[in-house]
Amino acid sequence: MSKKNSIAKTTRYLWDNSGMLLIFIVLVILLSIFVPYFFTWRNMVGLGLSVSMVGMVACTMVFCLASGAFDLSVENIIAFSGVSAAMIINMTGSVVLGVLGGIIGGGIFGLLNGIIIAKAGINALITTLAMSQIIRGLAFIVSRGSAVGIMNENFFSLGNGQILSIPNPIWITIICFVIFGVLLNKTTYGKNTLAIGGNVEAARLAGIAVDKVRIAIFTLQGLMAGFAGVVLASRMTSGQPNTSVGFSLDVISACVLGGVSLSGGIAPIQGAIVGVLIMGTVQNAMNLMNIPTFYQYVVRGMILLIAVLMDRFKEQSRSA
Amino acid sequence: MKPVLEFASVTKVFPGVKALDAVSFSINNGQVHGLVGENGSGKSTLLKILSGAYHANEGQIILRGEVQDFKTTRAAIQAGIALIYQELNLVPEMTVAENLMLGQFPTKGLGFIDFNRLHGIAEKQLAEVLEGVNPKEKVKNLSIGQRQMVEIAKALLQEADIIGFDEPTSSLSDKEVQRLFEIIKNLRSQGKAIIYVSHRMEEIFEICDQVTVFRDGQRIVTYTDMEDVNHDLLVSNMVGRNIENIYNYRERPLGDTVLKVEELSGEKIPQPVSFDLKRGEILGFFGLVGAGRSEVMRLLYGADKKKSGEVHLEGRKLKIDKPKDAIVEGIVFMPEDRKYDGVIPIRNVSENINISCRRLHKKFNIFLDETWEANNANKFVKTLSIKTPSINQRVGNLSGGNQQKIILARWLSEDVSVLLMDEPTRGIDVGTKNEIYNLMYRLTEEGKSIICISSDLPEIMGVSDRLLVMKDGEIVGALNREEMDEETIIKLALTTNSTDNKNKLLIKE
Repeated sequence: MSKKNSIAKTTRYLWDNSGMLLIFIVLVILLSIFVPYFFTWRNMVGLGLSVSMVGMVACTMVFCLASGAFDLSVENIIAFSGVSAAMIINMTGSVVLGVLGGIIGGGIFGLLNGIIIAKAGINALITTLAMSQIIRGLAFIVSRGSAVGIMNENFFSLGNGQILSIPNPIWITIICFVIFGVLLNKTTYGKNTLAIGGNVEAARLAGIAVDKVRIAIFTLQGLMAGFAGVVLASRMTSGQPNTSVGFSLDVISACVLGGVSLSGGIAPIQGAIVGVLIMGTVQNAMNLMNIPTFYQYVVRGMILLIAVLMDRFKEQSRSA
Repeated sequence: MKPVLEFASVTKVFPGVKALDAVSFSINNGQVHGLVGENGSGKSTLLKILSGAYHANEGQIILRGEVQDFKTTRAAIQAGIALIYQELNLVPEMTVAENLMLGQFPTKGLGFIDFNRLHGIAEKQLAEVLEGVNPKEKVKNLSIGQRQMVEIAKALLQEADIIGFDEPTSSLSDKEVQRLFEIIKNLRSQGKAIIYVSHRMEEIFEICDQVTVFRDGQRIVTYTDMEDVNHDLLVSNMVGRNIENIYNYRERPLGDTVLKVEELSGEKIPQPVSFDLKRGEILGFFGLVGAGRSEVMRLLYGADKKKSGEVHLEGRKLKIDKPKDAIVEGIVFMPEDRKYDGVIPIRNVSENINISCRRLHKKFNIFLDETWEANNANKFVKTLSIKTPSINQRVGNLSGGNQQKIILARWLSEDVSVLLMDEPTRGIDVGTKNEIYNLMYRLTEEGKSIICISSDLPEIMGVSDRLLVMKDGEIVGALNREEMDEETIIKLALTTNSTDNKNKLLIKE
């Protein structure tokens, strides 16, 4: 009896804490069996590469969501930073300056987001929505509306190079997850972020500098989106002002799929990783099976809905 | 007399806890039935089952002779049951009339609201309980007492004949409490059955015709005649042991002045206030709700912006612009509203305790010292006897008393010299209150000083070495322990027309 009990308990624990991970593993096993070419090195690397962008930005989006906010301007920062990096490299011939320029440019927009949200107390949805229009406009203005080809080939190795036959963007994503995972769980910055998302007034009265933390969250988000934009430009060998439309919501969906709460305070980084992987895997499998794009939209939307519904039921069964 | 409502072996089990264990008793028409018990004793669970919010695992609710099984709160409301909770269920941005009729607006057909009829019905209904409030006023502009009256009017409008009150007086002024009691007595004489949950024993004796005591999910005893029971007997039934004098005041030597507050003013405290605090002293602040006590503490703590004023600690002038500045100096604040200003409900016990002190215990100045934090949390769970399955439990799942202890633990993890406690025992059961008082004496014996705000007059007289009385944002009196008597304090706290003026002010805002 007690053995049976403890097995039930363990299963319950696994389900509560890593339900999405289990689903992901089952998904990969099923796809490996039933979808030809799915479980090949080539396809796995392709899959990794396809989720690397969402993965990178998810690292900082987790903080945004953890604090009870979110950022809709990342897709536009990606476009702007890609274009600026391309133009700076073309003008100065320096890859380092281009990369730094792209990242810092993104960081400045993030800082602006943060200051407006924290100091003026404007809702994050409206602030980042307005900023996203401005940034996208600026990306078109500086590029005069067309893609900016990059002349310096040294820059391409950032996005297209490999280490140990794994492409650089995958390495970058892994490193980002490690760094931001540690930041979230092992530092006061991470814990303060979660506290703000959990109850902002209580956090303030407990001595947390709420405004500073919020500004830091959005600045890091901007820097990361800027970096992602630079990596994307390197992969595409050009800065494109019209890239990544709809990307912000992809990132938020992936995080929520992994159990990050939209109302703040709960943000498992491992969940975000699994969320990113599930979204990417499903997309990849549908491509392999030649499912038309129109149907892919429907499937992805349904997965997100089912995931949040499942989470809802889990929460209810726990509290009832 | 045939009871209108009967609970028959009602049992409710939550994972790991039996919240209600085969509870049976009955409630009569035309009587006020008190429910008392410590936090977590099962009163609230019982009310939630009655309201349809929870479902009993076993047992029955028998209403007017028929077994009822409310699937939803709506079903309970339709059966004539209305519950008025501590946290009121009103929409602040809507008007009084709209709130009253929410869900059953009179229409002119095609879904257009008939506002004339709406306001007419509302006005008539309001007249019974609450005078001088315009039905077109937004609820957010009403005082808490007035909002409660709106809830009562709503219950009456739904033709409820069983009305439950859960701690209705915890944020009311004395005058509002008297008004509430008049209304309850009036409802009783109309033959309605009233269920009255309160921690305040005086109220139970003032208003109840019967009283049922709960402890650990069980019904301990029901007194059908209030003549059979007195305060001490009721309390000893609640806690299962004798508590003679819960305040248990201890005479202690006081030191020199440690905190000196001069000419402090802010937006809500336009007239500057000054006071000082001795080492080892418990300084009480008494006043009506809205007298400005919390506001003074918030100014002192840096939670609100100061207009003027200086704060000196041990002779040093402090610069306090934000809560962090105060915490670093060892001045900490336990807010009145634990749930909204105190704890972070969805984070766990350990994080709520270590939220502030962890900055002093980092490894390499960067990483959290998780071992230290777990030890610290465990230490306080033990020494303050915080009832929780583990330090990883979400604080939102714990009772109010345990949440209060967690906030205490948070500040005792710091090097504290002055504790600002705003209503530290509101909504907390007798046993835990007693623990908190004893802890206050112990801390002051260790050389810390405490400023304690309370609206509970016996409590503030019971624990304070010295008492300041506030009225309309000003300190109107200072009394030493031997000078404190109820009459003097109440006279200082209110003069006849001041409360009326304040109510008017609240409506205007």
